[in-house]
Amino acid sequence: MVRFEDVTLRYGQGPEILTGLSLHLEPGSFHCLVGPSGAGKSSLLKLLYLEQRPSSGRISLFGRDVIRLSRDARAGLRRRIGVVFQDFRLIEHLSVYDNVALPLRLAGEREREIRRKVEELVAWVGLAAQLQADPRTLSGGQQQRVAIARALVGRPNLLVADEPTGSLDDRIGNRLMHLFQELHRNGTTVVLATHNLALVERLGHPVLRLHEGQVLQENKDQGSHDLLQGELP
Amino acid sequence: MRSLTRRDLPLSGDPSARFLPLLIAFMIFLAALALVGAEALRQTAERWESGLSGQMTVQLPADAEEEAEARTATAVALLQDIPGVTAVEVLDRQEAAALLEPWLGSAAEDPQLPLPVLLTLTVEGQIAEIAAEARARLSDPLPAAQVDDHQEWIGGLLNLTRGLGALAIFLLLLVSAAAVVTVVFVTRTGLAVHRPVIELLHLMGARDAQVAGRFQLHAMRQGLIGGLLGLAAAAACYGLLDWTLAPTTIALLPPFRIGPRLLLLLALLPAIAGMIALLTARITVLRTLARMP
Repeated sequence: MVRFEDVTLRYGQGPEILTGLSLHLEPGSFHCLVGPSGAGKSSLLKLLYLEQRPSSGRISLFGRDVIRLSRDARAGLRRRIGVVFQDFRLIEHLSVYDNVALPLRLAGEREREIRRKVEELVAWVGLAAQLQADPRTLSGGQQQRVAIARALVGRPNLLVADEPTGSLDDRIGNRLMHLFQELHRNGTTVVLATHNLALVERLGHPVLRLHEGQVLQENKDQGSHDLLQGELP
Repeated sequence: MRSLTRRDLPLSGDPSARFLPLLIAFMIFLAALALVGAEALRQTAERWESGLSGQMTVQLPADAEEEAEARTATAVALLQDIPGVTAVEVLDRQEAAALLEPWLGSAAEDPQLPLPVLLTLTVEGQIAEIAAEARARLSDPLPAAQVDDHQEWIGGLLNLTRGLGALAIFLLLLVSAAAVVTVVFVTRTGLAVHRPVIELLHLMGARDAQVAGRFQLHAMRQGLIGGLLGLAAAAACYGLLDWTLAPTTIALLPPFRIGPRLLLLLALLPAIAGMIALLTARITVLRTLARMP
């Protein structure tokens, strides 16, 4: 599903953010990405959802080398990835409905199908009453739910989420994690970056720990409690 | 693959885009006037040339009346024998005086005024060769005779019209280049203004052609609107010039009418402006997006 081989990333002439990073994520796996601020979590996620290209090394997604792909083929890969951005990145001039519908429209789905899927998902995240609302009128938590709905609406093969529960109350956060688990059970590969140690502990999925640009440990079999204990800021 | 809509990327509200139709209108206005001007010159030159081609003039200097008659007879006899000369007409004194009247007034009719004898030759074939033959035949018996085949004057006129025609084409190229630069600037501004949204669409899997499609359609619409405005302004300007200047210029210039070919070209100007805008916007967007990962 995802394979990084000796991947290095630096911005311009700056220092290396990721250094010789190698990892392999199996299809349908669920990983929590943890690490202190500045460890390179966001950079790793950007490589995953193809916002950045590595300075060196090789990345393959869905069995395809992303460096060698044409631009259209990379766009096709991006449509198979759902991203929940930490800063939501909602389009302000579009309604909640249109924000969530956008990935489906880009993929060329029929408007009737789009309406059915969007209304269902927006209702599920508890925003049915705000379907036509301007995102700027929503609270931070509501905006985050719209961003999550947008990431999920296309039924992605790979879901990348950067602090998806940061602005949510416990009830919505738990529902969201339940949905992520559901997607995982249905075969979606999930990578969840978070500072929420309790959440990581509760989920009990393998942990990718980033430290100074490298994946230090990947814990699949044992609980993540020992790994996380006292390591995060 | 679906194109992005106005709602997805609202380019119409961009401040720079609002001025694009006006700038293109001004350019199309200039282009239309340049085309009409070039065509007017071409028609004028064509009419003058056709009026003078096939004719030569021979001038015999003023002389005593008896000698003039003899020399005229000699010249007519020599000229009629030249192959290609189909007619020789002698302008009598009254006709010559009438030609000079605008400059000399009633003094032109003074019988004491020494006037040259003018012979008009109608010719068929290579006029330069016939003129050379005429000069050769007249050089011995009538060394002061002057043969004018009008070629120098027509050549100058043609050079002038060709030069002005080239100037019109240069103006068209300049206008096209200015239109391209303007569209590039407006498109780049649009890309900068909407960069966050474009980056997001890019990450959601929008193909470059989908993003470019939105910009190119917007630019084409702006180009078409600007083109129509410019053409309408040019038509109004032409109509005004025709109405105000026609009575005074009719005596100096032959009448000018816009033919079907020029009319078609003028009608196509807005479409050409739209196409230039479309292609320029597309290339600009694709080149900019190519810098994204």
